[in-house]
Amino acid sequence: MIKRKIEEYFFKSLMILATIVVTGSFFLIVGTIFTKGVPFMTLDMITKSPGGGFYIGKEGGVLNAIIGSLYIAGGATILGLIISVPVAIFINMYMDGRYFLSNAIRVVFDVLFGIPSIVYGAFGFLIMVYFGVRASLLGGIIAVTLLVIPVLVRTLDEVIRTVPNELRDAALSLGATRWEMAKVVLRQIKPGILTAILLSFGRGIGDVASVLFTAGFSDNIPNSLHQPAATLPVAIFFQLGSPVEEVQGRAYASALILTVIVLIITVLSQLLIKKFSKYKI
Amino acid sequence: MNIRLLKDKILSKLMLVFTLASVSLIVVIGGGLYYRSVPVLQKSSWYNLLTSSIWKPMKGLFGFYPFIMGTLWVTAIAIIIALPLCLLTAFYLVDYAHHNIKKFIFPFVNLLSGIPPVIFGVWGVLFIVPFIQDHLAPHFVEFSTGYSVLAGGIVLAIMIFPLIVSIISEVLNTIPQELKDASLALGATKWETIKKVEIRKALPGIIAATVLAISRAFGETIAVLMVCGNNAVVPHSVFDPGYPLPALIANNYGEMMSIPLYDSALMFAALLLFIIILLFNLISRLILVRLERKMAA
Repeated sequence: MIKRKIEEYFFKSLMILATIVVTGSFFLIVGTIFTKGVPFMTLDMITKSPGGGFYIGKEGGVLNAIIGSLYIAGGATILGLIISVPVAIFINMYMDGRYFLSNAIRVVFDVLFGIPSIVYGAFGFLIMVYFGVRASLLGGIIAVTLLVIPVLVRTLDEVIRTVPNELRDAALSLGATRWEMAKVVLRQIKPGILTAILLSFGRGIGDVASVLFTAGFSDNIPNSLHQPAATLPVAIFFQLGSPVEEVQGRAYASALILTVIVLIITVLSQLLIKKFSKYKI
Repeated sequence: MNIRLLKDKILSKLMLVFTLASVSLIVVIGGGLYYRSVPVLQKSSWYNLLTSSIWKPMKGLFGFYPFIMGTLWVTAIAIIIALPLCLLTAFYLVDYAHHNIKKFIFPFVNLLSGIPPVIFGVWGVLFIVPFIQDHLAPHFVEFSTGYSVLAGGIVLAIMIFPLIVSIISEVLNTIPQELKDASLALGATKWETIKKVEIRKALPGIIAATVLAISRAFGETIAVLMVCGNNAVVPHSVFDPGYPLPALIANNYGEMMSIPLYDSALMFAALLLFIIILLFNLISRLILVRLERKMAA
């Protein structure tokens, strides 16, 4: 009897310990990034592009990379939405009764979601070679778009499925076409679409492997689609590899900037998801 | 009236095209990568590429064995660390934790999943690598720089925490309360219920989560690259450096166009990753879909 009790307590404490480790790892990571990054954080970091001699520790910031990242993640999210919204509508509203097929499509997107970004990067690179596009903002946007399409489709699909069938039936019974019904449903899931946008933006802005081949790197803020663009994660990666201490410090500060951006996006999307599920009928 | 119907029809065709195009992406990616790896496949066979450990791009010798072993070591370490921790966490959150604790913990698990890979890499360089070099390795081996498959494994383990925890807790939530109640009513402790009822019931889900986590770990590039040491030899202990496949691709894209067959070999590496991850993902997703259907029925 006592042996069973001891076993129970033993495993319960083990579980609590495991939970502390799993949750604690988040604080450990964010804590490390903050303590290392804050001393190197200056206003110049976010307001200036790299000046002459930036990479041997002279003045400048990573504004080029911040803007480049925003361009690429933003562009990819917009392009991705244009493709994903019709796909999500199609699987949910135009495939009535064909459950096997629509579920098969869902599995395909799940699998696409699992394909690592390095493969998307390599494939994006192939497309660029094929069409003769050099490493540029455009190349980066194409690769990241491929990466975020599964994120968007999966999220939108899940959100659309929370809309009650009665609503669709009501629209249809009033004589609406399926497209008109889709418009009613789209209006219902506005916060859900915003969540999908945030998730896709968050994934796009933080990814390195997909833009490493495709976007190139530049010290200037790109002003056309055909110019190479720096991104924040790639800038962190390069700066960290530098032997100069000043430049390494900038990597920590850039990591801090990226972490803050991503945390804000994730918190916003979490809040939205919560709010959204609260008003679910 | 006709215009409305026409609009519906045209839009439905358009959406069909978008759907087909994005679904066929999976075939196009596989086909494209295969097409580009044909040159290296013509020169040596699949078997040769996978089992040879001679990597001399200048001489046209591409042996992927060290890289495959590097990937396997890192992934195995990550799963060995992450799976028990995540299982215990999921059981705690589902069966023991008070509602408020759950509400407190889950957001952080989600936040962890949002952190970009490169941040994990930076953290690994700042925290794990020095820790292994100064505190862990000296107890076991004479010298280690800290940049090792162990460092890669630990960083990866943390990266896959959220994935495993969220899938397993979802699976555990689908176990009927009656089943647990029956076991508890017979006098079993909570742990005994977990051990004898829940694990058995959740096994397919746990397997699916593990397979999914393995495939995620397989493809992770930048975080592993930053802490793994990137030395093209087969690791013999956890303190040895390794060189996983994705890191190989990412590190060499710059020079791959200047050496003949090099780009083809790297695309073959990408193809290899693609095939393995495709299969693993498909298996785990099918298990999960079947589970979901069983629960719905």
